[in-house]
Amino acid sequence: MNIAILSGKGGTGKTTVSVNLSLALKTDYVDVDVEAPDGYLFLNPTNVKRTPVEVLYPMVDDNLCINCGACAKACEFNALALVKDDLMLFQKLCHGCGTCEIVCPQNAIKMAIREMGIVEKGEAFSQNVYRGLLDISEPMAVPVIAKVLKDLPDSNHIVDCPPGTSCNVVKSLSFANGAILVTEPTAFGFHDLKMAVELVKQFKLPMGVVINKEDNNSKFIEEYLEEENIPLIGKIPYTMDIAKAYSKGKILYHEDKIKPIFDALADKVKEVFPWK
Amino acid sequence: MKIAISITGEKPYVLDPRFGRCQSFWIYDTETEKEELLANPGLNAQGGAGIKSAQEMIDAKVDVIVTGHLGPNAFKILDKSGIELLESEPLETMQIVENYKANKCVKITTNGPAHHGM
Repeated sequence: MNIAILSGKGGTGKTTVSVNLSLALKTDYVDVDVEAPDGYLFLNPTNVKRTPVEVLYPMVDDNLCINCGACAKACEFNALALVKDDLMLFQKLCHGCGTCEIVCPQNAIKMAIREMGIVEKGEAFSQNVYRGLLDISEPMAVPVIAKVLKDLPDSNHIVDCPPGTSCNVVKSLSFANGAILVTEPTAFGFHDLKMAVELVKQFKLPMGVVINKEDNNSKFIEEYLEEENIPLIGKIPYTMDIAKAYSKGKILYHEDKIKPIFDALADKVKEVFPWK
Repeated sequence: MKIAISITGEKPYVLDPRFGRCQSFWIYDTETEKEELLANPGLNAQGGAGIKSAQEMIDAKVDVIVTGHLGPNAFKILDKSGIELLESEPLETMQIVENYKANKCVKITTNGPAHHGM
């Protein structure tokens, strides 16, 4: 079972909830926020194994190419342009679909492979820790996210997702069996929570909400959840203890005072989702 | 000599400083004094809008492009194409043609930031 942790707004506490909930539930932790996979800062996994993520791109044989421009015309992503007698490839726009190879009347195009990220698998606190890492300057995160999630074994995983409701989140959700939405009691947090709720509804997944940085001011969110019939998994209070431990990179679940908060969240998670 | 100007919406046609995401290209032939409109195929592209628009300019065999600024990909293509690249303020198109004839347009020699016209 994969439980996706998402939020809409960034900085509401996806990684905080993911890391500590995975420890409380004794499940594997998976970071697919591949542009900024920060969970490892807290978990410090060891024995890390790395696998490259590869995508396809077209290689043009200049001896066969007649500069007809059929490939540039057919490219849905505008990754090819014909300038005078020169075919220009914009590699980072290429989705590796291979349409150019199919339409080329000269068979001058063959798809080649390049690396654009890595998947890491390590261990921390007797659980597996996975993360995808997108290479710097690569604009497309989806292939890395898909690679991480496709190769996961059939066990329980907490999946720390990217922020927003873009393709990257959609791809992450397509591998999920349930979703936990982390929000904060601000107008911005609430606005994006509603967007995330609408997205999860389209996937028809069971979901629950965690309110982070709660300061007795989250009534408006709780009213919304009641209206929408979405279970509240729990609240994480806005306290100096948590902020201090977090700022030192400490694991909140290993702090005696804070641990019970995440144990309570874990119990509720097992109620809300069909936990194996 | 065919001059293409990136433009916004309806008449009177005014220059759009965005190249890849402009509404249309207004094309003027200085010999025949005829004008035509070319829809910008880059406008609704998911990505690579500037590349698509640049390819359109090459295929339309224009000699001069006047716009606000060019993104890195469009600049790469057009710099290679030999098309004269000029920048202008958002003026009416005929005014720009007059400025061009009077050599008052500035050459574009470097690209602007990516995704500026989104």
